[in-house]
Amino acid sequence: MAEAGRWGKDIRSDLHVAIEPRDRGGLEIALESRVGPYYGDSILRQARAVLESLQVKHARVAIHDEGALPFVISARLEAAAKRAGLANGSKVLPEKIPLPEPSPRDRLRRSRLYLPGSEPKYLVNAGLHAPDAIILDLEDSVHPGEKDTARILVRNALRAVDFAGCERTVRINPLPLALEDLGEVIPEAPDLVLLPKAEKPEQVAEVDRAIGELKARHAVDRPVWILPILESALGIENAFAIAAASPNVVGLTIGLEDYTADLGVMKTAEGRESLYARTRLVNAAKAAGLQASDSVFADVADLEGLARWAEQSSALGFEGMGCIHPSQIRVVHRAFQPSPAEIDKALKIVAAFEEAERRGLGVVSLGAKMIDPPVVERARKLVARAKQTAKA
Amino acid sequence: MTARSDFAQNALGRMVPTMVNSKPQVPYLGVGQYRPHGRKAGPPVRSSNAYPEDGDKRAPDLQTALRNCGLEDGMVISSHHHLRDGDRVALLALDAAARLGAKDLTWFPSASFPSQKGAIELMAKGVIHHIEGSLNGPLGDYCTQGKMRGLGVLRSHGGRWQAIQDGEVHIDIAIIAAPTADAFGNADGSHGKSACGSLGFALADSVYADRVIVVTDTLVPFPCIPWQIQGNNVDSVVVVDSIGDPSKIVSGTTEITRSPDRLRIAELVARFLREAGIMRNGFSFQAGAGGIALAFVDYLRRMMKEDEVKARFVRGGSTRHLVEMLQEGLTDYILDGQTFDLEGVKSIASDPRHVATSPFTSYNYHGKGNFASMVDAVVLGATEVDVRFNANVVTHSDGRLLHGIGGWQNCLAAGCTILALPSFRDRIPVIVDEVTTLTGPGELIDVVVTERGIAINPGRQDLLDAVKGSSLPIRPIQDIKKEVERICGGEPSRPKRSQRPVAVVKWVDGTVLDTVWEVR
Repeated sequence: MAEAGRWGKDIRSDLHVAIEPRDRGGLEIALESRVGPYYGDSILRQARAVLESLQVKHARVAIHDEGALPFVISARLEAAAKRAGLANGSKVLPEKIPLPEPSPRDRLRRSRLYLPGSEPKYLVNAGLHAPDAIILDLEDSVHPGEKDTARILVRNALRAVDFAGCERTVRINPLPLALEDLGEVIPEAPDLVLLPKAEKPEQVAEVDRAIGELKARHAVDRPVWILPILESALGIENAFAIAAASPNVVGLTIGLEDYTADLGVMKTAEGRESLYARTRLVNAAKAAGLQASDSVFADVADLEGLARWAEQSSALGFEGMGCIHPSQIRVVHRAFQPSPAEIDKALKIVAAFEEAERRGLGVVSLGAKMIDPPVVERARKLVARAKQTAKA
Repeated sequence: MTARSDFAQNALGRMVPTMVNSKPQVPYLGVGQYRPHGRKAGPPVRSSNAYPEDGDKRAPDLQTALRNCGLEDGMVISSHHHLRDGDRVALLALDAAARLGAKDLTWFPSASFPSQKGAIELMAKGVIHHIEGSLNGPLGDYCTQGKMRGLGVLRSHGGRWQAIQDGEVHIDIAIIAAPTADAFGNADGSHGKSACGSLGFALADSVYADRVIVVTDTLVPFPCIPWQIQGNNVDSVVVVDSIGDPSKIVSGTTEITRSPDRLRIAELVARFLREAGIMRNGFSFQAGAGGIALAFVDYLRRMMKEDEVKARFVRGGSTRHLVEMLQEGLTDYILDGQTFDLEGVKSIASDPRHVATSPFTSYNYHGKGNFASMVDAVVLGATEVDVRFNANVVTHSDGRLLHGIGGWQNCLAAGCTILALPSFRDRIPVIVDEVTTLTGPGELIDVVVTERGIAINPGRQDLLDAVKGSSLPIRPIQDIKKEVERICGGEPSRPKRSQRPVAVVKWVDGTVLDTVWEVR
């Protein structure tokens, strides 16, 4: 007998499937559902259709449903069938909603919300909290024994869930598991793949190659960007080479839990122990013309601590960070966008520069102050960023 | 046994029985259409001088008190629900009546709670004929399965007062659990080991019942102050060891929801009030003690501080969150109907700006007005709302009784009535074509706030105009419904309805709004 999914009093939006293959007797499906009076028939119909298209002809199937949505139901059925050694590698894809616009390389990436790839209940409303990106995580939040089921669930979520214009990203596992993850998710055209525990440019190149091949095979004709996560001393040492390993890399980010463990130091709220790594990463990213993104802030209850961290991180040159709870998103956005006073000043500088150009003056001045070209450049970047955040 | 065959179609198209528990009914006629006149039921204060001069009305136990009050078969026995799921008194009294051999009583609680499931046995034995009052949990199932002999009658808190005042229900003996009382019968809810705050739900019973028994576990020498219940209306006082389980009477603390989706709903409600201009100096609002409502209060409080806005009054169900607003000077008064946590109880006992109210002042639709209609905004829940903004609060979508009406119907009279709801629960969409059980007419429901957007009743052009150009996600209700049905994989099937009524839902004027049908 093979099983997939979870059920129980405290489980919501998931379902548990147990499949017992047999030689004859057809499909026998037993259902217990929290929403039986409303969707019981629909679940039975869907289960039969999914199993039939997976070529499962003879089996006893027991389903305990806790109000799972259709894309979850088919993911769990498929996972259980595969675990039972049935299905012959075929898949059952839920109805596909239209893809959002392709993600521009330099899009605003202030916040990325982590969603455990094995937990259905957070998926469907994640986009409502308006992070710049959602991350369907296949790595650390997924138990090693559930990688197969999470992969199928994440694949279905990419097809069926409306993430309300957020960048749709997937954190895969490190190589070699990464290749299995990519095989399942790339056909559904995620906007970006986070590659954890990146230490060498060759890893990025291998993942990039795999993505390229899968895109070609499945006719995915839009970018799938790569965001390597540096989580070790070696990774930090190789930051620039990793950043430059592929034109599809759009930024660098850091994983501080693993990095501090690698150093053998405590991770503190002030982050002094990782200051070198973080500034080094920012520098490498900028040297390669990419975005730099910070780690996550683990204490969900401490929004003030988060605000302090994010403001510091913005001051260091990071353009965003990870979020592990929707309540963090707004705080993070506030920290990574220019203040009205900053925007005001930058607009004045840009205006003064344009005025000087029009009048053919070699020197730009604002009031009594001379303005150097790098100051103008910074002001222009700030104005561009402010425009981006205003749209978001 | 009630004749169960005669039905009439009411003004909202619902089939409702014309007789309920052998009494003729008026089908719902529309908001404000039924016009009562005359004095229906006068408070039966018997002229009598047969009371002890020393004021000591104590009876040794409930059985004696009930016997002294002339308990007979078929009487109506009332109780209040301020002790909520911790109440012991109602069942003690009904058990005492059973021991006296009483049969076919009508139990008329202001609400029933799951811990009172012992009433099922009393119904099975014939002691209780039927219950008129909110039914949920095991009692709700008993009723929905058609096992109760009479029809359940669901009324709002204001509707209960109206029914008593209009003579629809005559209380023979009122049982009033009192956290503090004196031997004369003066009673108070805000002090004592089982303190619950207000005793407002028992006020009508104390005035209109033929006989009144006060039951307390904290007897104080005369006078019991404040006397929320006046001893002059009381026939008998019984002292017991415990009137209830304090841990279930009030929660130690009331917690704000931590669900990001529910927090989003709460914040959208608060933003709506701010952007629609309803949150302004001197305004008033009401919100309950549910997770979304508490979070709403918290968001609104922050916005009021930012905008330096102060409310004239806040209507409770009071909690720590409202008490803090009072203490911070964000409102002049709390007008309290019931008290949900320890901070609320402490405040009502000590702060003169925290005022205990009764359904007479706050909700009774047949008094000379009630202040529910003076509240600017109210935030409520519901199990379902339909595309015409009609809402259901009493049954699950499959027709099983779930909640009492409480003050919900009465609150619809507020200037802006907002339902704050997740757009689906466990895959079950909340916005439907037609509600399973009509509890509130859509013309009184102005705004539905879900995590996926805010729907404004097209009848409220003023509200639509007020938030035009704001960044709020205002959407047609049909639009949200369609999106949710796409997510949930189509419309749910509608469980088949039986033809046998088990309860009726009364409107605030005593007319019959809808029928609850048997579910096997």
